[in-house]
Amino acid sequence: MDRLFTVSVTENRQLIENHFLLTLHPRKKIRRPEPGTFFMLSVDSGLDPLLKRPLSVHRWLGSDFQLLYRVAGKGTAILSRRKPGDILEVIGPLGNGFPLKQSPKGAVLVAGGIGIAPVFALAEKLSSQRPLLFYGARTKQEVLCLDGLKRLGVQAVISTDDGSLGTKGSVINVLTQVASENPDMLRGQTFYACGPEPMLTALSGFAVQRGMKGYAALEERMACGIGTCLGCVVNTTGGYKRVCKEGPVFALDEVIWERGKSQELGGRQ
Amino acid sequence: MNMNITPDLSVTIGRLTLKNPVMTASGTFGYGDEYAEFIDLNSIGAIVVKGLSLTPKAGNPPPRIIETPSGMLNAIGLQNIGIDAFVREKLPFLKTIKTPVIVNFFGDSIEEYVQAAERLSGVSGIHALEMNISCPNKQAGWSIFGTDPDVTFNVVSEVRKATDMTLIVKLSPNVTDISLMARAAEAAGADALSVINTLTGMAVDIRTRRPKLANITGGLSGPAIRPVAVRMVWECYRAVRIPIIGMGGITTAEDAIEFILAGASAVAVGTGNFISPVTAATVAEGIGAFMKDEGIGSITEIKGGIQC
Repeated sequence: MDRLFTVSVTENRQLIENHFLLTLHPRKKIRRPEPGTFFMLSVDSGLDPLLKRPLSVHRWLGSDFQLLYRVAGKGTAILSRRKPGDILEVIGPLGNGFPLKQSPKGAVLVAGGIGIAPVFALAEKLSSQRPLLFYGARTKQEVLCLDGLKRLGVQAVISTDDGSLGTKGSVINVLTQVASENPDMLRGQTFYACGPEPMLTALSGFAVQRGMKGYAALEERMACGIGTCLGCVVNTTGGYKRVCKEGPVFALDEVIWERGKSQELGGRQ
Repeated sequence: MNMNITPDLSVTIGRLTLKNPVMTASGTFGYGDEYAEFIDLNSIGAIVVKGLSLTPKAGNPPPRIIETPSGMLNAIGLQNIGIDAFVREKLPFLKTIKTPVIVNFFGDSIEEYVQAAERLSGVSGIHALEMNISCPNKQAGWSIFGTDPDVTFNVVSEVRKATDMTLIVKLSPNVTDISLMARAAEAAGADALSVINTLTGMAVDIRTRRPKLANITGGLSGPAIRPVAVRMVWECYRAVRIPIIGMGGITTAEDAIEFILAGASAVAVGTGNFISPVTAATVAEGIGAFMKDEGIGSITEIKGGIQC
């Protein structure tokens, strides 16, 4: 099936400030996107912005699909103004999703901020297992998808930076607390995560320390999305790898988390 | 005007005949295989692959790209798998298609350029060579290959001695007078020129006060640079007799025609391939449609046809 297609916008619903749920109707049959894979989406037919934007699949509705996004720059700001009926060009699904065979005992999902977008897709896929989810956001208001998570039977442990919902502090604070109070809870489990790089850096350290495996869906600026521009590389133990092609999901211990350490903590940790 | 005529899009570059004048710009089309699912690779004039060196290169640290108004900056740093791995792993696929394959290559010294050219010459499945003397993301000192006409003459002359293949030299726009560079490359034996590579640029994150690219500077490409590229093609066209392959921000057939009128024998789609993977194919198709509309029998009729 063709991975280049057009979609018509069915709905572009603002959930909270700067956060939108976009429902798209492909104008031909497309491949089913696995959790962790992404689409390159043109936000406008003009030349500024020039490039498509990579957005991970949030929900697959059988033929339509949903993307959950945060307005983070010019491209997503334009996308937020798209109206039902608008036609956009899309490539995808692209990249490799979360590898599930490698988790014999069970999956622990970890999401930070808008990282809930692909993690929710995985939660939906694993819903029969009633997976455990650690989900951190800045404030109660920014905790998204709570109804959906409830419906799926996900055991969500929420944390917020300001303590307005769940535990006050970061996802890693909560994980550390859980690990000390109930060590068996996490033993032998595999993390599946998406979130800001400082969170993933800390999660990687947490997992390595406890001999746990884990995978994270990474985000990077992309030009082509199909492996040719070499613009989206991440440094790994095996050298630079393309987030669009070898990723966007990587093993936590494969990524060399250098930028997470040096970056100012603009996002949540 | 005979509207029923099938327009002749074929062009000649050195000893290479292309069925249409649309090529892919090096570094924007990988080694061709990634695009096979999106377009008929036989519908374009030639494929120019990502620049190769004698040994693999890791490239620059990320972030490597940043979008700018109607353009993008890149500082990939010539990451590539090396000539041997290309010949072993990528060329077999390219040999299954009919479209000529042009291999872009570079070295860090005249000796490396010569060795790379020797290594690529005569390899079955490679139809021409494009010499990159104009990457803006190399270390200081390297840029002299593409910005000092004497050095350009020397490096192209040495490579010319090392290969009988059609040799295209890709020029840098980061010079005061590109016609001097064009003349130097022609005098040294180049069969054709690619005009232009990216323009050196820079973008700053005003919150962190840091450059947006890890490499600090990068090469600007995309529609933002098209008028500069058209102007430089025109300047080169007036300066040399060898064919010019025009490139810089082409996303439509109309853009391509503009370059051809300014003197380009052929064109290359670069950043346009990133915007949509079908761009090169739609440009080729659109040129044919334009020729039909205008009653142009052969694309070579309008080369340099700008009336100043």
